[in-house]
Amino acid sequence: MIALLLRDLKLAIRAGGGFGLGLAFFLIVTILVPFSVGPQSALLATIAPGVLWLGALLACLLSLDRLLALDWEDGSLDLLATAPLPLEGVVSIKALAHWITTGLPLVLAAPVLGVLLSLPGQGYVWLVISLLLGTPALSVIGTFGAALTVGLKRGGLLLSLLVLPLYVPTLIYGAEVARRGAIGMEVETPLLMLAGITAATVALLPFASAAVLRVNLR
Amino acid sequence: MTLKVSDLAIARGGIPVLEGLSFTLPPSAVLILRGPNGIGKTTLLRTLAGLQPALSGQIAGAEDQIAYASHADGIKPTLTVTENLRFWASVFGTADINTALQAFALSDLAHRPAGQLSAGQKRRLGLARMLVTGRPIWSLDEPTVSLDQNAVTLFADVIREHLGQGGSALIATHIDLGLDAKVLELAPFKAKPKPIDDTDGGFL
Repeated sequence: MIALLLRDLKLAIRAGGGFGLGLAFFLIVTILVPFSVGPQSALLATIAPGVLWLGALLACLLSLDRLLALDWEDGSLDLLATAPLPLEGVVSIKALAHWITTGLPLVLAAPVLGVLLSLPGQGYVWLVISLLLGTPALSVIGTFGAALTVGLKRGGLLLSLLVLPLYVPTLIYGAEVARRGAIGMEVETPLLMLAGITAATVALLPFASAAVLRVNLR
Repeated sequence: MTLKVSDLAIARGGIPVLEGLSFTLPPSAVLILRGPNGIGKTTLLRTLAGLQPALSGQIAGAEDQIAYASHADGIKPTLTVTENLRFWASVFGTADINTALQAFALSDLAHRPAGQLSAGQKRRLGLARMLVTGRPIWSLDEPTVSLDQNAVTLFADVIREHLGQGGSALIATHIDLGLDAKVLELAPFKAKPKPIDDTDGGFL
């Protein structure tokens, strides 16, 4: 399991691995928003939590189609499925590797980009906390989508369509935590919902992903 | 570990390809699968490896005993030869990769990124993976594709060595490896097409 995680991380940072793709996209979106909205700090501060969350979500989405497709193309997925690792473990590790290479950099970059969007000072803590809690769910749900579309040529479009509705609850509660945090409101309710969604997806979805992967490998 | 298959029927894409297939593969034996293209050699190997369910029949002694090598080698081009092998070794819980590197004459290429290898060298790396799995039954799908004559001899030697240690091998191939092997001709087991008694059935 650890070997698989290390391999995936190594592949991500080697040439053509796609590490930084999501981060670069996130950077572009958040840098361009102030230009398109115009120099109105008050307006920017209002929309900052939502823009940051949306940017992070789309950045996550961008790298999903590589998640299992590369392993499927070169045959490693067949070989992994016949290896002594449980497939549930394989998809969980894949999701974890995706989170470490995509989700975690987004969480770390978000506060810096918050400055560009004049996010109020009290909002940074909650922005980071909400992303930290929410992005694992994005990776796990994304792995499920990738498992559903593995083996389809150019399955990226279908993958996005399948995954986007599943991302909505995380986006709503995540952005709500960040928004309430930014204007100094009580964040407990959306925070608990966000944490609940993440906990449930992390606990349950790997089983679904492994099941659909078994069917897709036939 | 004896692999025992009895009255097996398998399907590809929902269409039955082989039926009534029975054979046993005792330790230290090789079974060569022969048959025309599309007869179901790959499907049979995938079914035995547990990648797809059989339509009917029993497979005994296969679970967690088979090391499966497909057409694709599962090699990551940006990892070196050593890194590729070491990954599979740790997945299968073994440690020694040097034996495998030497057996397939890959020692000189050990630190080369696998993406720079030639097709035959990649195949040798894919076959070297079988040695690090530590599993007794090897299931090989056209293992000699893109291997030169020397490499084929190398491969046959590795198989002999594996048999000497009590392992067994199931090989789908059309070339003579010079092994003392039983040949299983698959053509007689081709699934009969189902009689069409009701042409509208599929639409109703």
